Amino acid sequence: MKRRTLLASAAMALGLATAGIAEDKTKVGFIYVGPVGDGGWTYEHNQARLAVEEKFGDKVETVFVESVPEGPDAERVMTQMVLEGADLVFTTSFGYMDQTINVAKKFPNVKFEHATGYKTAPNVSVYSARFYEGRAVQGTIAGEMTKSNVVGYIGSYPIPEVIRGINSAYIHAKKVNPDVQFKIVWAYTWFDPAKEADAAKVLIEQGADVILQHTDSTAPQAAAQAAGDVITFGQASDMAEYAPKPRVSSIIDNWAPYYIERTQAVIDGTWESVNTWNGIGKGMVGIGEISDAVPAEVKADALALKESIASGDYHPFTGPLNKQDGTPWLAEGEVADDGTLAGMNFYVEGIEGTIPQ
Amino acid sequence: MDLSSINPILLLASLIVAATPLLLAAIGELVTERAGVLNLGVEGMMITGAICGFAIAVNTGSPVLGLLAAAIGGAVLSLLFAILTQFALANQVASGLALTLFGLGLSSLIGQGYQGVKPPAFPKPEIPLLSDIPVLGPIVFSHDFVVYLAFFLTLGVWAMLKYSRAGLILRAVGENHDAAHALGYKVVRIRVLAIMFGGACAGLGGAYISLIRVPQWTEGMTSGVGWIALALVVFASWKPWRVMLGAGLFGGVSVLQLNLQAAGVAIPVEYLAMSPYLITILVLVIMSADRSRAPASLGKGFHAGT
Repeated sequence: MKRRTLLASAAMALGLATAGIAEDKTKVGFIYVGPVGDGGWTYEHNQARLAVEEKFGDKVETVFVESVPEGPDAERVMTQMVLEGADLVFTTSFGYMDQTINVAKKFPNVKFEHATGYKTAPNVSVYSARFYEGRAVQGTIAGEMTKSNVVGYIGSYPIPEVIRGINSAYIHAKKVNPDVQFKIVWAYTWFDPAKEADAAKVLIEQGADVILQHTDSTAPQAAAQAAGDVITFGQASDMAEYAPKPRVSSIIDNWAPYYIERTQAVIDGTWESVNTWNGIGKGMVGIGEISDAVPAEVKADALALKESIASGDYHPFTGPLNKQDGTPWLAEGEVADDGTLAGMNFYVEGIEGTIPQ
Repeated sequence: MDLSSINPILLLASLIVAATPLLLAAIGELVTERAGVLNLGVEGMMITGAICGFAIAVNTGSPVLGLLAAAIGGAVLSLLFAILTQFALANQVASGLALTLFGLGLSSLIGQGYQGVKPPAFPKPEIPLLSDIPVLGPIVFSHDFVVYLAFFLTLGVWAMLKYSRAGLILRAVGENHDAAHALGYKVVRIRVLAIMFGGACAGLGGAYISLIRVPQWTEGMTSGVGWIALALVVFASWKPWRVMLGAGLFGGVSVLQLNLQAAGVAIPVEYLAMSPYLITILVLVIMSADRSRAPASLGKGFHAGT
């Protein structure tokens, strides 16, 4: 009898102890679409996760699952993460949108943060970066530097985020080079180095001497390097190992300040569902160093554009702009509203081809 | 739409490059399966080969040594599968799946520190005279030697299976291991060798991606080629030339659909993107209407005592 009591109280003490630890530590989970070593999108999310660990030390525990397919299985991974005690979960790809909402419904006390989506709930925030601001800078460099006037663009999926990037790059390339033409290839993947390399090779074979990519690996950079006189831009991460050429600049995602802020909010109990969309000005989008392969005057133009976007003087989608079919979209001086941008599903005038529906 | 921007010569040349890793992995798996072993670990062996080859090529500066290391890496990993299934008599499907998971994990472990590293350039020997032939030269005779290796490997496997005594024994083991055993053939030994051949080929295929086709190392870079190779063996009804045709079709349509997209052809992109899978399966299914069937002992465990 005595022994049983002893065991019971020991078990109880153990239970209390673990409960105590669980209360002290805030557990933050991350769902990644690619491997943490992709050198691009997921790499930067993971850097931000490490920044969270660095900042909070013992107060926070982070967990992550990489290469989670965008589909029903993501729901299982999220559920598992929550059952293991996560208080805050970052789901870092567009394709996790519905799954995040579904899981969030089941666990109203857990906070969710979904990247690049548009569906919110009382315990689901969305956050994204205004990558199209960086695309404007790339478009300027691309338009001024192309000799063949053909710019190749590797798209991942035809979602608003990618279409915004294409439009923004095109508008600004066209501005400095009226003869520029965009060839767009949809890879239907975020991460498949062999396919991305093939897409880049095809575009180069068809005359492109500038490659813009909206996929996550560095394979197009390697393909461009092998082809010779082709320039590229780092995507999501700096991809500086391909500088100074082919990589002449890059868009760098900087999620760390946001992740730290949101984790702090959960610790303080002040977390609320928000819709965050920051750009160059707030530092969520960084422009990687423009390399020496870019002529000085082109670099100056690009930096001037970056400055005016950062200060808010200039919006990359400023009228007059028409849609692809010629119907007017923005009047002279008019600026696109965030709602239209968030759901953008049309090309601007001048881009050839149709968006897959 | 501007089809003239597609250069058919470059298209055919890149078709061959796109088909090579698939062909290498599939021809290895074909031999394994003809010996009666179903190894679902092709993806794992490919990615392990990809990083082994990459690491050795970077450290020694010799891409040829890298390829060799890739073949060895793939074979060593497949040996693990061989021990599990041939000696411990573990379930082949489960062991194969485990091998893929293990290979993916192992490769990213070895790959720490190789991200963003550039491998030494692969020598691309110009074949004198032949590569100067108009049209045919750039398509057929201007590749790295691995492309030709893959072709001659297919030729060799076909001839071995069809005409040689060794091929006959291998097929006997795959069709009816009890009968082969009764005739005095070492079933387990033959199967282990076949598994290792499959592993070496998969490793080579992986290294072709990391050293020549992409060329760089990123985690998970084979992204499913191993699975396609597995499917290809089945749809090609275990026949070497059909495997080559299937690999060519798959590689060709993959490259063609990107070309058509870039040329702005008005076919919805979704159809183009699924076309490699559809066309390859369709053609091979139609061809296999001649009632070819799987090796009878495929996937069954063998123990000399039973």
